[in-house]
Amino acid sequence: MFTYYLRLAFKSIKRTPILSALMISAIALGIGACMTTISVNYMMSADPIPHKSDQLYYVRVDSWDPYNAFDDPNIPPNQLTWTDATNLTLAGKAFRQSAMARSGGVLEPDNPDIKPFQAGIRLAYNDFFDMFDVPFLYGNPWTDEADINPELVVVLTEQLNERLFGGENSVGRTIKMRSNDLTVIGITKTWEPVPRFYDITTGPFNDVSDMFMPYRLKQELELPNWGNNNCWKPSEGSGFMSRLLSECINNQMWVELPNEQARQDYMDFLDSYVNEQKALGRFPRPLNNKLTDVMDWMKHENVVPDDAEIMLWLSFLFLLVCLLNTIGLLMAKFATKSSEIGLRRAVGASKQALFIQHLVEAGLIGFAGGILGLGLSLLGLEGVESLFGDFISKVAHMDATLVAMAFGLAVLSSVAAGLYPTWKACNIAPASQLKSQ
Amino acid sequence: MLTMKDIKKVFRTDLVETHALRDFSLEVNEGEFVAVTGPSGSGKTTFLNIAGLLETFTSGSYVLDGMDVSNLNDKQRSKIRNEKIGFIFQSFNLIPDLDLFDNVDVPLRYRGFNSAERKKRIEESLEMVGLASRMKHLPAQLSGGQQQRVAIARALAGEPRFLLADEPTGNLDTKMAHSVMDLLHEINANGTTIVMVTHDMHLAKQAGRNIFVRDGRVSELHDVSQSEATDAISA
Repeated sequence: MFTYYLRLAFKSIKRTPILSALMISAIALGIGACMTTISVNYMMSADPIPHKSDQLYYVRVDSWDPYNAFDDPNIPPNQLTWTDATNLTLAGKAFRQSAMARSGGVLEPDNPDIKPFQAGIRLAYNDFFDMFDVPFLYGNPWTDEADINPELVVVLTEQLNERLFGGENSVGRTIKMRSNDLTVIGITKTWEPVPRFYDITTGPFNDVSDMFMPYRLKQELELPNWGNNNCWKPSEGSGFMSRLLSECINNQMWVELPNEQARQDYMDFLDSYVNEQKALGRFPRPLNNKLTDVMDWMKHENVVPDDAEIMLWLSFLFLLVCLLNTIGLLMAKFATKSSEIGLRRAVGASKQALFIQHLVEAGLIGFAGGILGLGLSLLGLEGVESLFGDFISKVAHMDATLVAMAFGLAVLSSVAAGLYPTWKACNIAPASQLKSQ
Repeated sequence: MLTMKDIKKVFRTDLVETHALRDFSLEVNEGEFVAVTGPSGSGKTTFLNIAGLLETFTSGSYVLDGMDVSNLNDKQRSKIRNEKIGFIFQSFNLIPDLDLFDNVDVPLRYRGFNSAERKKRIEESLEMVGLASRMKHLPAQLSGGQQQRVAIARALAGEPRFLLADEPTGNLDTKMAHSVMDLLHEINANGTTIVMVTHDMHLAKQAGRNIFVRDGRVSELHDVSQSEATDAISA
């Protein structure tokens, strides 16, 4: 019967083209607005590493000012000092761990046709690549040895390799930065986690750095800090090393803990580390260490801004208004079918059969509205992208789930809108309609 | 076949109570062709709607084909309408954007026949009314008489035992009306019980039995004089 109802629905839509077009347009507008905001919110709040996001933890220890919490209510700092990041990583207590920091420098390509340019650097330990499943196009990450006794090695992103070496396998070649020759040991495949969860402090939707280098090269090469820097007291002395060893926070740290026991053990380790540091005169605040998994960390850092959530609710309200219009239009449409409904009742259609028939029609209208709404959503996302620029370009698109959601929402909402008009139509007294035709 | 006993039908609004049928009793035997006449507002259409299970009644009893249909739910009433009753209306009630094949198919769809069975029945019933060659035409492409024939084909496709016709020739000219009446006689001759509501005394006289309805009550036509009936109908 479903195909029969579908055929009747097509004919019915054809019979009242203007009413049908109005309904399809109303649903399309509502779906378009809704899916635009849903897409942005969905992509912003997506799990960037779903298979292990509950095993990756962002590490925080409260090294802050004894008199003022980093943030209320008693929230520990969102980054670590160089000292703590280094100590915690080198302790090696987690299954995998990496301190990291953002830096940058000017690259001086050998090719005279390419002018020197600035490149972003992610300083990290080699666990970074395995922990975050960074795919490699050529070569490998640096060794454990290079983490301890930093070697002048670099892993390039596919994009930077394309720019410097035209995309060829450049493993073994060198690039010059600050008069240092850095040997290329690996090229990553395009890897753009959205949101860029591993360093939310410098913007969850910014690009991945152009290249990766061993964390401790920061000290060796006196690399500048390109990330956020917060201090609660001035550094003792002057110069690079005193800044590096200060209580300023500009490093992040992630650990991979495969199970609850590992998490608990690591928490105990953090507490003992902080107590140790307290004995050395650091960490004046009470114990306040945190291990936060990926999704909770993104929530904590408000990766999805309040504005985006407000827009989402407003768009749902707009969809509701569109559906109310659709209800009115459906009632008008079904009113024109009262004699047919009366006839069908007379020849044996039950109310239930007619109810299903008309819901199929409402669903088909919703499906058509979904197709048009999807087009409007894509236009809306283009608009959002052109309005907010690169910042939003990574989240202003739709994947297969969102496309399916658009159709689901369109069909579901139009069927919901069709319930009352359909119920009313099916309760028409058939006798009155048969006589009055 | 059809036994109504003391049927009452009262239409109520906030202000008015209208007694459409009062102690309406009637028995129609299998194979009969009964014409129901009466003045406007006498209750004959209400009777037809109740007989066809399109309306419920306030009190009384109604047995159709051996089954008490007084307290059936919507689904049960729909099933009986679909399987046992055929309807023919004054205004044909064809669905304008379905071709003749699909119009005749409407009741069969709710019967649950497979497509081969439906096709066979549709072709046979359109053949019977002489329109088999036009089954892909839309109703608007046919004359009034032909449209009524399609409506008859639709009513017959389910092979009902009981045919209810409400002014079946009311929208037709004399020639077409005769042709439709001939068809109804043929159907009746094949064993289908027919109850026809009409204003036309000449058509009514062609039926096997005449029922006269006045003020919601039944009286056999032989109870009233021919001129009284004609006067009452044209009043």
